[in-house]
Amino acid sequence: MNSDQFLSVGIDIGTSTTQVIFSRLTMEDTAGYFSVPRVSIVQKEVVYKSPVHQTPLANEYLIDGDAVREIVAAEFRQAGVTPADTGTGAVIITGESARKENAALVLEKLSGFAGDFVVSTAGPDLESVIAGKGSGAQQYSEENAAVTVNLDIGGGTTNVILFDCGEARDRGCVDIGGRQVRLDADMTVTYVSPSAARIARFHHLSLETGRRTDLSVLKSLCDAMAQLLEELLGVSEPSPLLEEIRTAGSTPFSPSRPIRAVCFSGGVADCIYQSGKDPLQYGDIGVLLGDSIRRGRLFSAFRVIPARETIRATVVGAGTYTTSISGSTIAYDPGLFPLKNLPVLKLSQEEQQRCFAGDREFLEQKARWFLSQCDSDHMVLALDGKKSPSYGELLSLAKTVAAALDPLLPAGLPLILAVHSDMAKALGQCLRQSLLSRRPVISIDSIRVEQNDFLDLGKPLMNGLVIPVVVKTLIFG
Amino acid sequence: MLEQSLIEQIVSQVVAELGRGAPAPSPKGPAPAIPAAPAPSAPSMAPAGDFALADITSPEQKAIPLLEHPADYDALIRMKSRTPARIGVGRAGPRLNTKTLLTLRADHAAARDAVFLDVDEKRMEALGLFTVSTKCADKNEFVTRPDLGRDFSEEALELIRSRCQKSPQVQIIVCDGLSSTAVSTNAPDLLPVLLEGLKAKGIQTGTPFFVKNARVAAQDRIAETLGATVVCSLIGERPGLATAESMSAYISFEAKVGMPEARRTVVSNIHKEGIPAVEAGAYIADLIETVLKARASGVDLKK
Repeated sequence: MNSDQFLSVGIDIGTSTTQVIFSRLTMEDTAGYFSVPRVSIVQKEVVYKSPVHQTPLANEYLIDGDAVREIVAAEFRQAGVTPADTGTGAVIITGESARKENAALVLEKLSGFAGDFVVSTAGPDLESVIAGKGSGAQQYSEENAAVTVNLDIGGGTTNVILFDCGEARDRGCVDIGGRQVRLDADMTVTYVSPSAARIARFHHLSLETGRRTDLSVLKSLCDAMAQLLEELLGVSEPSPLLEEIRTAGSTPFSPSRPIRAVCFSGGVADCIYQSGKDPLQYGDIGVLLGDSIRRGRLFSAFRVIPARETIRATVVGAGTYTTSISGSTIAYDPGLFPLKNLPVLKLSQEEQQRCFAGDREFLEQKARWFLSQCDSDHMVLALDGKKSPSYGELLSLAKTVAAALDPLLPAGLPLILAVHSDMAKALGQCLRQSLLSRRPVISIDSIRVEQNDFLDLGKPLMNGLVIPVVVKTLIFG
Repeated sequence: MLEQSLIEQIVSQVVAELGRGAPAPSPKGPAPAIPAAPAPSAPSMAPAGDFALADITSPEQKAIPLLEHPADYDALIRMKSRTPARIGVGRAGPRLNTKTLLTLRADHAAARDAVFLDVDEKRMEALGLFTVSTKCADKNEFVTRPDLGRDFSEEALELIRSRCQKSPQVQIIVCDGLSSTAVSTNAPDLLPVLLEGLKAKGIQTGTPFFVKNARVAAQDRIAETLGATVVCSLIGERPGLATAESMSAYISFEAKVGMPEARRTVVSNIHKEGIPAVEAGAYIADLIETVLKARASGVDLKK
């Protein structure tokens, strides 16, 4: 059986921890002997996990870039991997570290470490999806056709994602986490986050930095936090407090379908799945929060499934699940790859219909506007496409696209199309015909992208059958 | 008022004919038709609204689960969307529901039609294809005598020789095989993509034509007759109850009569729910290029 492997690196730089993992992705042609090839990623194996490092900080907000570089370099050495070995990779900057300055810094310091792909991405919504994939919640949802929610409870935030049959539907993020309150050995409070302070005030609990506290106060606080998570998943009526602790810039979470199963990841997840830990083991409220959640109503309201990864869910998700591959019947001219940070112009169903109908002027206007907006020479034209189009429809679309985009793109640059339905090879052939081979063509399918996404396209794999693709929602630099 | 009496006359005539069990032949040819849109005063004879008959073989109708009170309706819908198998159809006691049974019979009828109907030769002409028949006189002989479906009369071979370019790199033939429906549905979208694709690669394709009552191995005789390096048959697959529209491409390098089947390269499942016809066309063009380069097809190519 025809198969191919590549190594992927994942680097997660979070509010409190930094981790590196390497995973080996195996692709195989799973189609039978008598069929058109169908290459898919058949195995994702984590081959190396770094220890969990404290994220080095230069000050309260800024990451110490050189120290991060040191950590990453040491982990590459430890794993026996050189940057040239990695085919793809992702750097995810999460939680409160996800600031623009930090991202730019990390990108600069880590360039050259993650192979041909460096994805620097952030934002609580995307982080939720990645953690849910790393924890195994997404796979459970897909295999069991069940609506599954993943709660990634870290130090500062809880990322929520709802998977419906494996598809990410609703997401959100709240400021609940294990390190929202920190203590020293004699129970003196050393840190209270704004969100923890708000919850304490709401429940008339006295909690102040510099003062000693006791377990009963902390337990009450954690019970209140667990209750907020129950409200978030719709087990009980939401209180006004729930909206107040929503993470700035995140989407309000509202489950669109009844939830069946819940999975926990993040540092606190270990304290949920295992009881009997010393409550002040980590000098924070993580263990107590885990106890509160385990005793709470989430366990009776839903089926709680075990997590494949807990504290490493995000980094495993980043290193393993951010890369996908294109369909196996595609068209491209050689020597163009890798291509990075290609801005995506996505056509709606109705706009796509106009292009099928031959409205060249419309597409030209839209593309001209888009190119001036994103200040780029490259662009990817993305559309859903049609299931089993006729030859006439295909030819008309190709002619429209070629006539509209050819005059706008600088000479020599490829015309790039990303289609969802299986039609890219035929479309690519018709495009070449329409362009009279004046310009190279890349036409890939089985890729779902949205407006404002960015695409990285890697070097073709599996004897040129497929192209590795990373869809990014944000880029820096 | 004249109109009113005319309608009454037609209605009574129709009622009388229904009573007799069969419409009486009209002296002028076709039997008098029931008015398609009856006047307001006439009783409506056509089923309307909720009573309109749905096509039970359509994908929309098949997507409706018949199972009563499923535990998770949405999950059932999604499961059904992933397979053409008849799941979630419920039952009436130990038996199938009436609708399931009727759908099965309708699908079976579509499969029989696919085998026994002829491909519309006008459609083949529109694709620029002339028609040649194998030794089979009709469909009955075609299904009972596979040997005749692989061979041609001397006149047929003469026709092929006279109309086709000799020694082409690739000879493409469209064959009805066991599903005329598959060929009528897919060939018009696949063939132009395939021809253009080969042309763009600088591969010369000779004169494609249509073969009636043809088995796969009919390509061997044709390749020998014309001296084609590669022969490619686009042929209707034996229909099943899931689809009657599936087509295959059989590609052989230097085909010879009596050669082992293992020497053919196959691309199967070309239909709406499988690989789309246009995409298959582009893929087959690449595949033929590979076969020409490797000078081998079938198992020899995979070695």
